[in-house]
Amino acid sequence: MKHGRWRFLLGALVPALVLHVVFVLSPYAQAFWLSLTDWTGVAGEAQFVGADNYVRLGGDSLFLDAVRNNALLLIVVPLVTIAIGLFLASMLRTSSPRLGQGYRIVYFFPQLLSLVVIAVLWGFVYNPNTGLLNSGLRAIGLGGLAHSWLAEPAFALIAVMAVLVWSSVGFYVVLFSAAIEGIPRELFEAALLDGAGKWATFFRVTLPLVRESVQVAFVYLGIAALDAFAVVQVMTVGPGGPDGATEVIGLSLYRTAFTYGKFGYASAMGVALFFATLTLAVLALRSGRKERLELA
Amino acid sequence: MTLLQTRPSVDAPAPVVIKRTNPLPGLAMFCWAVVTALPLLWAVISSFKTDDEILNSPWSLPASPQWDNWARAWTAASIGRYFLNSLIVVGSALVLTMLLGSLVAYALARYEFRGNRAIYYTFVAAMFFPVFLALVPLFFVVQQLGLLGTYAGLILVYTAYAVPFTVFFLHSFFRTLPSEIAEAAFLDGCSHGAVFFRVMLPLARPGLVAVGIFNFLGLWNQYLLPLVLNPDPDRYVLAQGLAALSVSQGYRSDWSGLFAGLTIAMLPVLIAYVAFQRHIRAGMTAGAVK
Repeated sequence: MKHGRWRFLLGALVPALVLHVVFVLSPYAQAFWLSLTDWTGVAGEAQFVGADNYVRLGGDSLFLDAVRNNALLLIVVPLVTIAIGLFLASMLRTSSPRLGQGYRIVYFFPQLLSLVVIAVLWGFVYNPNTGLLNSGLRAIGLGGLAHSWLAEPAFALIAVMAVLVWSSVGFYVVLFSAAIEGIPRELFEAALLDGAGKWATFFRVTLPLVRESVQVAFVYLGIAALDAFAVVQVMTVGPGGPDGATEVIGLSLYRTAFTYGKFGYASAMGVALFFATLTLAVLALRSGRKERLELA
Repeated sequence: MTLLQTRPSVDAPAPVVIKRTNPLPGLAMFCWAVVTALPLLWAVISSFKTDDEILNSPWSLPASPQWDNWARAWTAASIGRYFLNSLIVVGSALVLTMLLGSLVAYALARYEFRGNRAIYYTFVAAMFFPVFLALVPLFFVVQQLGLLGTYAGLILVYTAYAVPFTVFFLHSFFRTLPSEIAEAAFLDGCSHGAVFFRVMLPLARPGLVAVGIFNFLGLWNQYLLPLVLNPDPDRYVLAQGLAALSVSQGYRSDWSGLFAGLTIAMLPVLIAYVAFQRHIRAGMTAGAVK
């Protein structure tokens, strides 16, 4: 029995561990080392340059644009998504079950689509001449509001934000309304009897009781906002344009590594992104709770 | 029931709820449904139009459905091949991920041995690292193994990056399973492997379904990894192929073909969703409620 136990454990753990070490752990470890070199991809020709790459990042205006844009995404996308999600979820609570079910089915669907599909779709929607948005605006007599959404620096990042919000709201509606359904009915009835209005019920009963779900939502939406690579790379002009207006860290890293071949410098960007993600996770975890929740 | 009986003594607030004529909630929910569905429907309808109709009357219905767009996207624009590539890569990676992930989760959850916690945290920690950080070294690791641009390379990398969450999710699942059944099976002379495959794995089915759905969607929609590791256009996965197509068709102004490609990419997900929507939503939000 003892013998069989070890054989089983080895068989269960070793294959996954080998994959994990080769394809996950070793690349992560190598990235930290590479970020301190000027490596351009030729084997054995990596010169140690200390913190040079990091110093250069501080003066790289395109990278700073990317940092600014990711920061804006990080603030706007989670807040707007969670606000709309909570709003719709509490509306669903009071609607008829059949109708509510139908709405949930529709809202959730974009969550299943690849971000590439979503980006191609919205590229069409934003098309200045034939897109759904501008031709719709013209049809209802608001042609003056039509813009080249992705070509004007003032609107391009907002257009990206709108796509990210559009694609994720449904998931959080379902998540939040599951959490709201978990609240005992008596609490809402008690609030009602105490004369609480809709807003008071929301802020005093619903919100405190779904706080955990909201925190999880912040973490996952934050991580998605620090990425945003697929939508930007597929949908925006350049990509990352116009003039850096939609540049994100992931796109800078991808271009620096796989277009320009500056692998050391790109790794420094990766390390910067890692610390941003880590800070976000630590802040969210410190503000509360076990992280055994879920996904996105 | 008690509420109804006491209602006469509580006068003011009750009627407000009974006739809730406020149209705002209904309107808000309807509006978001339109915002969600309209772009999708528009893409599907546009895939049946001629280029001329798409350019000149974006909101109209097609005069006659152009099935040819779909045929062109499937064959000439290779969407069919990309679809098959995705199926091969994601299908294999999913089977491998579920097998390896559940084995690790079970071994770590049900056996005490030195290094157990260390291994568990090695896997869990990987979930907090952005894939972008690994991207450059990963490219060279895959290249040195001679796996760049191969199905095997993508399958192994997909698996390696999907296993940590699978382990994390199933670990807590295996912990909560009762040990009596496993002990009885051991007494009956089952080996460790047999207890896992015949007894524990079937018991963990709800968890496996949830994490399986989650992994399938995550891998099916993967874009960054194939973009870097899969440069051969013949082996493009669907997301990659569609992105490439949107660039090339854009130059050729074959809008109708591109809309058809887009619709083909959405369709299987839509069909699966309509068929299993309750399972899918439950699977993807599982754990967050508990």
